[in-house]
Amino acid sequence: MKTAVIVFPGSNCDQDMYYAIKDGLGEEVDYVWHAETSLDGYDAVMIPGGFSYGDYLRSGAIARFAGIMPAVVKAAQEGKPVLGVCNGFQILLESGLLPGAMLKNKNLKFICESVNLQVKNNQTQFSSLYDQNEVIRIPIAHGEGNYYCDDATLQELEDQNRIVFTYSGENPNGSRADIAGIINETGNVLGMMPHPERAADALLGSDDGLRLFQSILKHWRESTHAAYTS
Amino acid sequence: MPLTHLEPTPEQIEQEKVYRTMGLTEEEYQKVIDLLGRKPNYTETGLFAVMWSEHCSYKTSKPVLKYFPTTGEHVLQGPGEGAGIVDIGDRQAVVFKIESHNHPSAIEPYQGAATGVGGIIRDVFSMGARPVALLDSLRFGELESSRVRYIFEEVVSGIAGYGNCIGIPTVGGELQFDPCYNGNPLVNAMCVGIMSHDDIQVGQARGIGNTVMYVGASTGRDGINGATFASEELSEKSDEKRSAVQVGDPFMEKLLVEACLELTKHEALVGIQDMGAAGLVSSASEMAAKAGVGIHMNLDLIPQRETEMTPYEMMLSESQERMLIVIKKGSEEEIKQIFARWGLHAVAVGEVIEEEVLRLEHKGKIVADVPSDSLASAPVRHMPSKVPASYTANQNTPAWKPQVVDYAATIKKLLGQPTLASKEWVTRQYDYMVQTNTVVAPGSDAAVVRVRGTKKGLAMTTDCNAKYLALDPNVGGKIAVAEAARNIVCSGGRPLAITDCLNFGSPENPEVFWEIDESVKGMAKACEYLNTPVISGNVSLYNETDRGAIDPTPVVGMVGLVEDLDHVMTAPFKNEGDAVYVIGEAKPEFGGSALQIMTDGEASGKAPALDLDLEKSRQEKVLGAIKAGYVASAHDVSEGGLAAALAESVFGTAFGCDLRFATDPDVELFSETQSRYLITVPEAAKNDFEALIDDAVLVGSVTRSENLNLAFASSTITLNRNELENEWRGALSCIMSAKN
Repeated sequence: MKTAVIVFPGSNCDQDMYYAIKDGLGEEVDYVWHAETSLDGYDAVMIPGGFSYGDYLRSGAIARFAGIMPAVVKAAQEGKPVLGVCNGFQILLESGLLPGAMLKNKNLKFICESVNLQVKNNQTQFSSLYDQNEVIRIPIAHGEGNYYCDDATLQELEDQNRIVFTYSGENPNGSRADIAGIINETGNVLGMMPHPERAADALLGSDDGLRLFQSILKHWRESTHAAYTS
Repeated sequence: MPLTHLEPTPEQIEQEKVYRTMGLTEEEYQKVIDLLGRKPNYTETGLFAVMWSEHCSYKTSKPVLKYFPTTGEHVLQGPGEGAGIVDIGDRQAVVFKIESHNHPSAIEPYQGAATGVGGIIRDVFSMGARPVALLDSLRFGELESSRVRYIFEEVVSGIAGYGNCIGIPTVGGELQFDPCYNGNPLVNAMCVGIMSHDDIQVGQARGIGNTVMYVGASTGRDGINGATFASEELSEKSDEKRSAVQVGDPFMEKLLVEACLELTKHEALVGIQDMGAAGLVSSASEMAAKAGVGIHMNLDLIPQRETEMTPYEMMLSESQERMLIVIKKGSEEEIKQIFARWGLHAVAVGEVIEEEVLRLEHKGKIVADVPSDSLASAPVRHMPSKVPASYTANQNTPAWKPQVVDYAATIKKLLGQPTLASKEWVTRQYDYMVQTNTVVAPGSDAAVVRVRGTKKGLAMTTDCNAKYLALDPNVGGKIAVAEAARNIVCSGGRPLAITDCLNFGSPENPEVFWEIDESVKGMAKACEYLNTPVISGNVSLYNETDRGAIDPTPVVGMVGLVEDLDHVMTAPFKNEGDAVYVIGEAKPEFGGSALQIMTDGEASGKAPALDLDLEKSRQEKVLGAIKAGYVASAHDVSEGGLAAALAESVFGTAFGCDLRFATDPDVELFSETQSRYLITVPEAAKNDFEALIDDAVLVGSVTRSENLNLAFASSTITLNRNELENEWRGALSCIMSAKN
């Protein structure tokens, strides 16, 4: 599996994502500069955390206009797995690949800490190696992670089982329905505020995030294997 | 039309003593005339005033800084460049420096703190290193004051805003509260970087004919005279100097870091320096002076964000996120391309010339023409020194005796003091994990950051107990260094070197100057003993308000090498049944102790004594035991004594302990005798451990319980972990949320 990590000028978790895939997962991975226009040849796309263009406006509001974004949309439409973490999630919201918006954390401060997440749906290509309702430990680090959507959208997310992760126990940022991560209707675009790439090495306290990347790999292997044999 | 025609003439400057308002003394102004052989014009007077300020020139502290040992077998770059460099093996090096941003933070706390972080990051990457960690040593007044709470909250936000955005983890530091910082907070930021020996850069303008380029953000009117402002006492009028505070843009700095690190791999780069304090004038004159050359610069070419800026404004602006570089002539286009990729300016603004002058051209005229080394060589001031009456009085004060009635209540109250309480309210706002190398997060004795791709780690800490220094600056200075080293050792690292931030009041007060002199002597002595040379640093004087000077606060930033990440050690107890040892006998030393401050509201008597021979040998033994794998947890005994150390070792765990002491409980639990450790050892390693550390006293064992049972000859004290932990964990956030 060949993965692209998109690098905006202010991305700062790009290397973390890169090493989680290269060292943690042991798969091929490249940085792809925001001014590029194609993601052909990549099997998966990661939009890492950071402050893509400083985020002095709304987080991700400028990034959605970057040269690479049409290629990200295309990859999503082709059914490739697209993962946006933190600022990456914000960019997916701004670009319309996922519904909803981000507000400032309810305490109006940046929050960095390890939190408990509950796996609400383990039937996705991002979460198949977790148990249903399993509680995992993954760090968060954001100032605008308070996910918001209207009632109709929330109803839709719930009805379609598109809420993949929720905060378990205390909700750190005030997000609607304790939402920490959601997928799109076709199940191949995941946005989440917590950082699985920061939990991919036991030396740093938790490797609970590694199974998310392993799930993507497993799904890719099964689907390409299926493609070969069909 | 720039407003230069409104500037006073050289004659008016002399007659109306305009130089005084710019910060130059009569003698200094005369020295400038002697150096130039004529009267300086307005721009030139400004150049000298800012470069000869204490902040840029260290003119007052230079005689004192000479005490510091600055060399050692591992030191690759000592003081004098952007930051110091120490070898860590495998042709890799660690780069670090600490710097103050006290005065700006006092009047515009968010930007003051943010730009302090930005400035220290530039010092580190200008050496060719990738910044890997930040630490912040912070001191504020009493939280009862709404103004202090505002300053505290905004400083923390400013640090978070800058560090989080740029993507460098803030992994440690200190936080203390004391009335002496009421009007004058201390905001000291430290940055640590990692680099290859091959990439070491210097801030020198070598090579006649080479091109001087300006890179990064454009120049505005912010921060003009910031260095001069930093070299005065704060007063009621300081608020009017808000425009002397710069405004930070961490996104811009992130671009600058990446572009400059690309640049340092380019063979055309000759020299690079941050435009920090005193902006263009300091970077240009220092780069020229260090290389023994001159620089001719055309100010019309400087990227400007405001119209009609005068040469004076451009040269003295402290707009952030700018660097000055010297490159080989002819490679301008290649260099521009590197910066263009990151959307940054790279503009050729001048050239290196043989004549040793800084020559500035503006609109076809030469507006300044001064010897380049003259700006960098302010006349050294030798200040009078006098033993403070308070020192003599404290030395003769009878020993302080605690009057503890209820031990559990006293310990609980102690742990709720803002200086001792959990710093989570602060550290939770800092991204301490980005870059995914943080092995030991904030809250331990020292933070540990992995050197990716190796087995190595870097342990780092900042330390200074100003209360000891207030009683005895010499001993307190030694303790600051020794405690930093103890923190490194308890994390499994070997202390390498220090950087220091010398925060004091006005050196023009002989009693303050005596404090500076004695503190540095003490620190220097400890550095020699512990083989931790001083590789970089910063001096911040005039930290006083009309209510007086701050306590002497020379902050020590120390970095140690963890040779193998398997050696990483932390304070919390690890296993039920582990043996608990205390190393070092407590003496009745309470001067400056947390218990004394809590009880009396102020420090009195003698500071704890420090035996450097004992300190050194204990550190070596403890580190040896950790590296041999005998140790399960290690914590130094510092503020709050053994009581605080024990509590901190059970917080966040499921453990308690059963301990028995043959000593006096007041002394055992609250004394702040130096060179003490609290260590736990698995049963299987007890014999080896005891053989290595023969003066370790076995006091009991770790239990799976929420109680800490401390048995003394006369009484048994039972402490409840949950009760203590709630108090400790909640104290700061409780104060900050209740009073807003």
